[in-house]
Amino acid sequence: MPAKRIIPCLDVKDGKTVKGVRFEDIRDVGDPVEMGKRYSQAGADELVYLDITASHEKRQSLPDLVTNIAEHLDIPFTVGGGVRNIKDAEVLLEAGADKISVNSAAVRSPELIDQVAKHFGSQFITLAIDALEVGGGWQVYINGGRIGAGKELFSWAREGQERGCGEILFTSMGHDGARRGYALEALDEVSRRLSIPVIASGGAGVMDHFAGLFRYTGVDAALAASVFHYGQITLPELKHYLNGQGLEVRI
Amino acid sequence: MKVAIIRYNAGNIRSVDFALKRLGVRAAITDDHQKISQADRVIFPGVGEAKSTMAYLRARGLDRLITSLEQPVLGVCLGMQLMCRWSEERNTACLDIIPSSVLHFKGGMKVPHMGWSRISDLKSPLFEGIPEGAYVYFVHSYYLPQNPYTIAHAHHGMPFSAAVENGRFYAVQFHPEKSGPIGAQILKNFLSL
Repeated sequence: MPAKRIIPCLDVKDGKTVKGVRFEDIRDVGDPVEMGKRYSQAGADELVYLDITASHEKRQSLPDLVTNIAEHLDIPFTVGGGVRNIKDAEVLLEAGADKISVNSAAVRSPELIDQVAKHFGSQFITLAIDALEVGGGWQVYINGGRIGAGKELFSWAREGQERGCGEILFTSMGHDGARRGYALEALDEVSRRLSIPVIASGGAGVMDHFAGLFRYTGVDAALAASVFHYGQITLPELKHYLNGQGLEVRI
Repeated sequence: MKVAIIRYNAGNIRSVDFALKRLGVRAAITDDHQKISQADRVIFPGVGEAKSTMAYLRARGLDRLITSLEQPVLGVCLGMQLMCRWSEERNTACLDIIPSSVLHFKGGMKVPHMGWSRISDLKSPLFEGIPEGAYVYFVHSYYLPQNPYTIAHAHHGMPFSAAVENGRFYAVQFHPEKSGPIGAQILKNFLSL
């Protein structure tokens, strides 16, 4: 088994990173390339760049930014946000992205997963799923959590795997931003039901949440944003903490 | 030094070029036989599917060109698998530079093997200055079992070949271009062989 991966997520709008990062000597906190390099040097195993630019302005800015990131970053990175069709995927591949993540577009046309996997390989496509526990079941939402997708988490994740995605990124909407820990039971169930790697997202607040995630579930990676951006947890201290707990991480 | 990166229908060839650029080396991404033959070093990278890639290489005579190269050649990921005899991926006959077969991961572990794993038993100048147990980045669903050409191994449910060497041909299953400073050092070592 590979080491458990720690993945900071950066929101990008109009070519700039949106949330501040508390690196002491950083000049331009809005520079996605500079921030990616800092995270990489601090020990991030991968990065996710989520483009939240309005879709009609996205076509110009994103490929250039992706190329700029690919030129400077020496760890893998995923680009998500607004990939709607195979052409969008191809543009990002050619720009230098290692992986793309799809969310709403895959719910609307699930065959997008098959197409991307067939043309560019399973390793290139991550299926991102936002889900909320409603009345004892887990329901999938799209458009940033605003619209019910009419799908159930576990069966949709399974379908994604069967259609050829290489990885699942599952965000528990009820845990996201609450900083009270990850959705352990649901994450473990997704992980056990699938043979592809699962990335957990939503709920990290303290280092023990990461330890609990890796100890009590079968997930392969943890994604977090604000705890890293605002400096509550730094990557070196997190990795040493996890290592001290007997969990395998890359140091 | 002239470095050629073989251009073919595989994904993410540019990332190898970018990694070389970070080392201050300008490479040519090309499928031109003469340019490839005349380069001091050749890199055969790639992410993709074995069968269609071998068909593409054969249609352009790149299969014979690669096997006839006399300078140091580095296969990366799919490039390494295609340098073997045969791949279980759609029952594909490959270049047979490493006379061993590539198999699909089976047995309950997560597939693809995706992420950072340790490499050990390092036995090649390719790993000069690389500590035993260093982490490198892997993404693959097929693997080359350990064999007499293995110069490094990694584990994913079982030990497998993380790198092989046969004469002037070197190959790595992981992605040195995405493996941080360790990967950069391995690329640098290849260029100074």
